[in-house]
Amino acid sequence: MAVKYEKVKAVEKEHAVVDGVDVSGHWNRMFEQRVIFEYTPELIEKVASIPNAESFANCYQCAKCVAVCPVDVVGNYGPRKLYRYAQTGTDLTEAPELWLCTTCANCLRVCPKEVNMVKIMPAAREQAILDGKFVPPELQQAFENTAKSGNPLGQPQRKRDAWIQNAGVPIPIIKDLGRPVDVLWYVGSYPSYHPRGIDAASAAARIFTALGIDFAVLGKEEKDDADSQRLAGEKGLFEMMAEHNIATFNSYEWKELVVTGPHELNAFKNVYPKYGFERPVLHYTTFLARYLDQLKPLLKHEVNVKVTYHDPCYLGRHNGEYEAPRKLLEAIPGVELVEMSRNRENGYCCGGGGGGMWMDSFTAKHTKMRLSEKRAMEAASTGANVLAVACPFEVSRFEDAVKSTGNEHVTVNDILELLDRSMRGEQ
Amino acid sequence: MNIVVAIKHIPSIADDLPVKGNNVDFDSVDFVLNEFDEQSIEQAVLVKEAVGGTVTVVGVDLIGELDNVLHLALAKGADKAVKVTADEPGADSHQQAKWLAEAIKGMSPDIVFAGVQASNDLDGQIGPMIAAYLDMPYIGGVSSVEAAEGTAIVTKEFAGGNAGKYSVSLPIVVGVQAAPKPPRYAPVSKVRQVAQTATIEKISPSADGAGAGLSMKKMAPPVVTGHAEMFTGSSKEVAAKIVELLKSKGLA
Ligand code: SF4
Ligand code: SF4
Repeated sequence: MAVKYEKVKAVEKEHAVVDGVDVSGHWNRMFEQRVIFEYTPELIEKVASIPNAESFANCYQCAKCVAVCPVDVVGNYGPRKLYRYAQTGTDLTEAPELWLCTTCANCLRVCPKEVNMVKIMPAAREQAILDGKFVPPELQQAFENTAKSGNPLGQPQRKRDAWIQNAGVPIPIIKDLGRPVDVLWYVGSYPSYHPRGIDAASAAARIFTALGIDFAVLGKEEKDDADSQRLAGEKGLFEMMAEHNIATFNSYEWKELVVTGPHELNAFKNVYPKYGFERPVLHYTTFLARYLDQLKPLLKHEVNVKVTYHDPCYLGRHNGEYEAPRKLLEAIPGVELVEMSRNRENGYCCGGGGGGMWMDSFTAKHTKMRLSEKRAMEAASTGANVLAVACPFEVSRFEDAVKSTGNEHVTVNDILELLDRSMRGEQ
Repeated sequence: MNIVVAIKHIPSIADDLPVKGNNVDFDSVDFVLNEFDEQSIEQAVLVKEAVGGTVTVVGVDLIGELDNVLHLALAKGADKAVKVTADEPGADSHQQAKWLAEAIKGMSPDIVFAGVQASNDLDGQIGPMIAAYLDMPYIGGVSSVEAAEGTAIVTKEFAGGNAGKYSVSLPIVVGVQAAPKPPRYAPVSKVRQVAQTATIEKISPSADGAGAGLSMKKMAPPVVTGHAEMFTGSSKEVAAKIVELLKSKGLA
């Protein structure tokens, strides 16, 4: 017989008299022994029995995680709550909650029991997908686009290097170059196709050129890293992309791989080694921070703005880079850098990680406000007029969010764009 | 129940269509599964899940890349895949219908599903012509099928949001407008597994020409006329300008 799970009702007494004092009321539970045997462990075990999701069962309900979970700020979430939902009858593999975690890793940072949502979520989602359970349609579309076209936007593969024409500097494609380079620059899908991503990519190309860096790109041979698709549960898709990218990386000679995006950094640096690819990979902020001495004299024009910087989860918490982006911003003459209350290790997630990038309308149905909107308001409250980012997912997310929260006076810029502006002056 | 799905591989319109001579430049365009056929595959698998049977997907391989589409269909629940190896990217719907009908003939199907139309020619001919070749009735614009032994209840859409329910006897050819549920997702790991193990039956196309008899004189991208005016400013200013514009056109 199929087990039917019912929501457990809290055990309360209409009337309770303790030591002659009437303590009737919903709060009187604390005076009675807690009845725990009504709670069911099956649904916790159902999640914890999925390979890589074992740590779900470790939770001892201390609630440290809830205080730092970005989704809880706009809803009712966090590992402690998910555990509790499972205990009281929610099957996580079928619930909308399965799709809300952005794998931002802030809970893992504080959890004494190492309950690891960065592993639990992809595993549970993969199980749900393989079992043919509900997958948010927008996410499904991003998966299909990636499988079909090599990028989640569904743009044609042969147009991947079309942006190069208008970058203002020659951008060598490694295949045509036919010689080894120092830096292989993995541009990424959004910087290759999204208009605001192209702005950042073009800025990067101009900066690399001005610094005299010997670099090249993969052009039409580059395909999406699919790390966020992996975290959203599509491991097979990730593996298919990884096979292609690793073979491509290995077919050329280069010294370092520089990436525009933190998700790509995470994929190539932390996950590809499992698939046999172990080479130096750097995010552009880390890479450029090395060239600060050469870069500073190039930053000739003042950029008189008050900037606040948003730490991308996959650059900060996942990969430990907090200082390079700040050093780059501080190197720009005229920039005043102010911090949001949640910064560095405790940075607030933009909502784009773990597949959240492609689930905005779904997430909006289950939260009070988008994470990007919460963060945009936080940025505005610092008095900054520029919100600086270092992840290609974020420019479009935050540009929408500053508009929808009435903070249009805050401009969203990739650090690359600000460096480029200082280098070339207002264009 | 013996269910057959006839599918069509068409040039993708995700990108500008390059023209070469008087047709699409088939070498520099991606081919995709017609979106109505995605609905049609979903509908077929739903019928199979409801009453049992086998689903056979059959298509004309125009550019030698149909296998990917067939593997996807198998991963979504189809049981068999068949391709007509034509290698003629410009074959029109009349010609394709003939080849498909020849392939389907020996399968003695109870239901043949076909997308109601395809976005390359929008002529909606594949389904009706297969029906004519196989001497079976046809019903198009269908949004749901509930099959039983020898019969089916078919919902057909009409203009203005109206729908009609028909009781039909099998065998029949059904032109699918939409499946009652969005097409399911096939995980890549499953598709790849299928790709390694599946066998796709190959059929050579017959030599008889059955084209529509139309010949293309000229194909060219549409000439751009008029222009879009971009409003700039804060969202309040932009909203005011939009209201102004709507008023000036008598729309608000
Ligand atoms: S911090 Fe860890 S142990 Fe504590 S409630 Fe959260 S998941 Fe459970
Ligand atoms: S990873 Fe982030 S979003 Fe997910 S539960 Fe933990 S804190 Fe919340």
